[in-house]
Amino acid sequence: MQEKNVEFQNITFQYPEDSQRMFENLSFSVARGEFVAVVGASGCGKSTLFRLINRLEEPEAGRILVEGRDVREQKGYSGFMPQKDLLMPWRTVGKNLMLPLELRKIPKEKREPMAREMLRQVGLEDCWEKAPRELSGGMRQRVSFARTLLSGSDLLLLDEPFSALDFLTRVSLQEWLAEQWESLGKTVIFVTHDVEEALYLATRILVLRGRPVRQVESIPVPLPVPRRRQMLEQPEIQELKERLIAGLQREEAAYYEN
Amino acid sequence: MKIKEKKPAAGRSGRTLPALVIGGVLLLWQAVAMWIDAAYILPTPVQVLQRLWELREPLFLVHLPATMGITGLGLLISLALGAGLAVWMDASRTAERALYPLIVASQTIPTMAIAPLFVLWFGYSIWSKVLAAILITFFPVTITIHDGLRSAPREMEEYMRTGGAGKWEIFWKLKVPWAVPSFFSAVRMAIPICVIGAAIGEWLGAQSGLGYFSKRMMTQLDGAGVFAPIVLLSAAAMLVVWLVERLEKHLVTWWKEM
Ligand SMILES: Nc1ncnc2c1ncn2[C@@H]1O[C@H](COP(=O)(O)OP(=O)(O)OP(=O)(O)O)[C@@H](O)[C@H]1O
Ligand SMILES: [Mg+2]
Repeated sequence: MQEKNVEFQNITFQYPEDSQRMFENLSFSVARGEFVAVVGASGCGKSTLFRLINRLEEPEAGRILVEGRDVREQKGYSGFMPQKDLLMPWRTVGKNLMLPLELRKIPKEKREPMAREMLRQVGLEDCWEKAPRELSGGMRQRVSFARTLLSGSDLLLLDEPFSALDFLTRVSLQEWLAEQWESLGKTVIFVTHDVEEALYLATRILVLRGRPVRQVESIPVPLPVPRRRQMLEQPEIQELKERLIAGLQREEAAYYEN
Repeated sequence: MKIKEKKPAAGRSGRTLPALVIGGVLLLWQAVAMWIDAAYILPTPVQVLQRLWELREPLFLVHLPATMGITGLGLLISLALGAGLAVWMDASRTAERALYPLIVASQTIPTMAIAPLFVLWFGYSIWSKVLAAILITFFPVTITIHDGLRSAPREMEEYMRTGGAGKWEIFWKLKVPWAVPSFFSAVRMAIPICVIGAAIGEWLGAQSGLGYFSKRMMTQLDGAGVFAPIVLLSAAAMLVVWLVERLEKHLVTWWKEM
């Protein structure tokens, strides 16, 4: 359990267009099987963490390890789920799910059974032939999640996957994701703006602060798994929530002062 | 979705309004032409139709096929060349910087002025006409397809890269399908332009074709005879555009949902 799945080692990063560094000598790690929520003020670099892990940006200094190996030496080590589902509108749901399998060079005859099985797991087996536009927002996010799982990696990076959904859909997808995580045993890093969502889902919360970010604050969520929503009512959790929100508000205020 | 709901109403007025306008213009034309009363300057629409009927054999059997052949050839070559250049410019920044200004410049060449040169080079063979057609069709085709390729969403491309996709896979699985609608609009736009190019070529030097025929009628001061092939030419172009639209609707069902 304590084995590290992702490790940032002294990462320094700055966008070329920016006047300030985003991360400076930043180190932290996420253990295998953890569900970590990343919170922080808007623009503090949460999505950038994922861009660095996925090598869409290169750090100025430092290393990122996944499964103990430098990301520069490997491919296909993470499954990424963006905020927008990014399903290809010209492909059916089934064909969309087969995209990661094509990219992984899985033999043709194995692709369809794998993708169908995954679609069944997310409870949408009837939608195989449908076009993405025929699905509701919540269904599309589930397809997108299934596609992320089909990347085959043990590390899932979810960037605000539910933030565009309405309240009820969001709540039911949160519950659904919690179940998926419990049964799949994957490592999840989950970026969110919603402190309550973070508390409900995560085993640990990472808070990004400041500009540049020099360290992350790590807050374990003192709740057992599986979660029930009522657990969030406990005074201890309420207090934690208030503290987190107040902290984020201060950050947000500082951000606008700059 | 909202656009879809509005569509039936838009469709109805979308057809009646242009029909009314065309009817009005025709009536006005008829009235003015009858008032001028000089068919060699301005024939009435009725006279044009009569002439079209009288000349149906040479027009439909000789000159229409000649012009359509040139148009078709010019169109195919323009599309192939335009698509090839667009792909090249999309793949290489250097090619884009080197070629884009040239393509724009090619558009400022006055076809009318340069087309006689083509007659010098190729004589009265169809190639002088095809070249004139290509010269004015090629630019909008290239630019439209290039824009289509370039507008493929960055996020989708990055998503594919995190899944391990290479340049080639991004091209075939993302850029090409994404640019299919642009390709169709390039074709729709190119058809009438190409017809004009072919007709200009024929005006300048040919032994057959609707452009040539209308010029011959002019030397005979046959106003209705000048108009008849032009009417036929526009009708043929509209028919082909309509056919392409049908094909596009059949093949690209997803575009309006984006
Ligand atoms: N491609 C880029 N080029 C230059 N600067 C960028 C780029 N992407 C992000 N930034 C900078 O980084 C900041 C946003 O980073 P990032 O997207 O990681 O933040 P975030 O925490 O995910 O924000 P949000 O909560 O709004 O999603 C912006 O303030 C911007 O200045
Ligand atoms: Mg973000």
